[in-house]
Amino acid sequence: MPTAINPTPTPASAPTPTPAPAAVAKNPAGQYKDGTYTGSVADAFYGGVQVAAVISGGRLTDVQILQYPTDRGHSAQIGQQAMPILKSEAIASQSANVDIVSGATQDSQAFEQSLQSALSQAM
Amino acid sequence: MKQTKVLMGMPITVEVVDGNVREEDIGKIFKYFAYIDEKFSTYKSESEISKINRGEISAKDFSQDMKTILALSEETKKQTGGYFDISLNGKLDPSGLVKGWAILNASDLLKKSGFKNYYVEAGGDVQVSGKNKDGKLWQVGIKNPFKQNEIVKVAYFGHDEGIATSGTYIRGQHIYNPKSSGQTITDIVSLSVIGPNVYEADRFATAAFAIGKAGINFIESLVGLEGYIIDKDGIATMTSGWKKYTKEINGNR
Repeated sequence: MPTAINPTPTPASAPTPTPAPAAVAKNPAGQYKDGTYTGSVADAFYGGVQVAAVISGGRLTDVQILQYPTDRGHSAQIGQQAMPILKSEAIASQSANVDIVSGATQDSQAFEQSLQSALSQAM
Repeated sequence: MKQTKVLMGMPITVEVVDGNVREEDIGKIFKYFAYIDEKFSTYKSESEISKINRGEISAKDFSQDMKTILALSEETKKQTGGYFDISLNGKLDPSGLVKGWAILNASDLLKKSGFKNYYVEAGGDVQVSGKNKDGKLWQVGIKNPFKQNEIVKVAYFGHDEGIATSGTYIRGQHIYNPKSSGQTITDIVSLSVIGPNVYEADRFATAAFAIGKAGINFIESLVGLEGYIIDKDGIATMTSGWKKYTKEINGNR
């Protein structure tokens, strides 16, 4: 029977308690509490990663990368206001003869779950 | 030798270029995927994961592979700020992680059998090794999210690496936008990630896609991963290191 291989899992540690927002206000829908929720430092494949979720008006408005391993010498933030300048292009059909094709399958369910969980931290 | 089978609800293709490959070598790989399906499928009532979700197995009796997947899922959840999570309503569904992990394990099985030039592809996620049948770099096309039979970009693999693509275009939209509750994500349709192996590419592609348009920034921030995102208007944005996978660069190798 094949056994598990790399990458070696890191034993999960308990999440660090998040600092409570100064003023906790429930949004009209009664779901998420406003504030910034700092996650625990996670031992990433390449080093430590720490993020903060920002809830405003009862909604997740930003996810900030507080700490992450990088070889690019700049800090990044997940949010429109801090977009690094990345190259863009209009897609165009290619006639190249390729060996393999990469495309999406039926992962929608997993995405949905991921999104649900991101917000559950602020409930 | 190249073979395709439908397992785990998706086509799985294994091509081994090395001349000494036998049919049973590839058969062994399909058997491994069948084993993974039997263990981790949430659609099979007798799978280990289904039994766990019914509370029929206690944690101490989980198989080693199950313990590994659960630990990796927890680790990935932390590394992605919760954007990747296998638990929903008290049930576990690790399928978002199992695919890339299983492809990588299958690839390592071929390596252990002594093969050097091959790829393993499952549902659009790929691990390559060595060179293709012409002795050239493996070429992986990124599917056009708007036209199923077309590709819009070609990545050339100079090393043994993996690529995974997340998107919404197969089963339509049912992801909501975390920044605007009640609305589905419509700004991005496809996000491909190349990483040191398909496991890393797959899990971070999944998480980055859940983040949305800014997911490409998350990929940019991670060492060893490059990404190519396509939005609803057909505009692609790539990380700063993506160009090392383009023909212009690899053509000189």
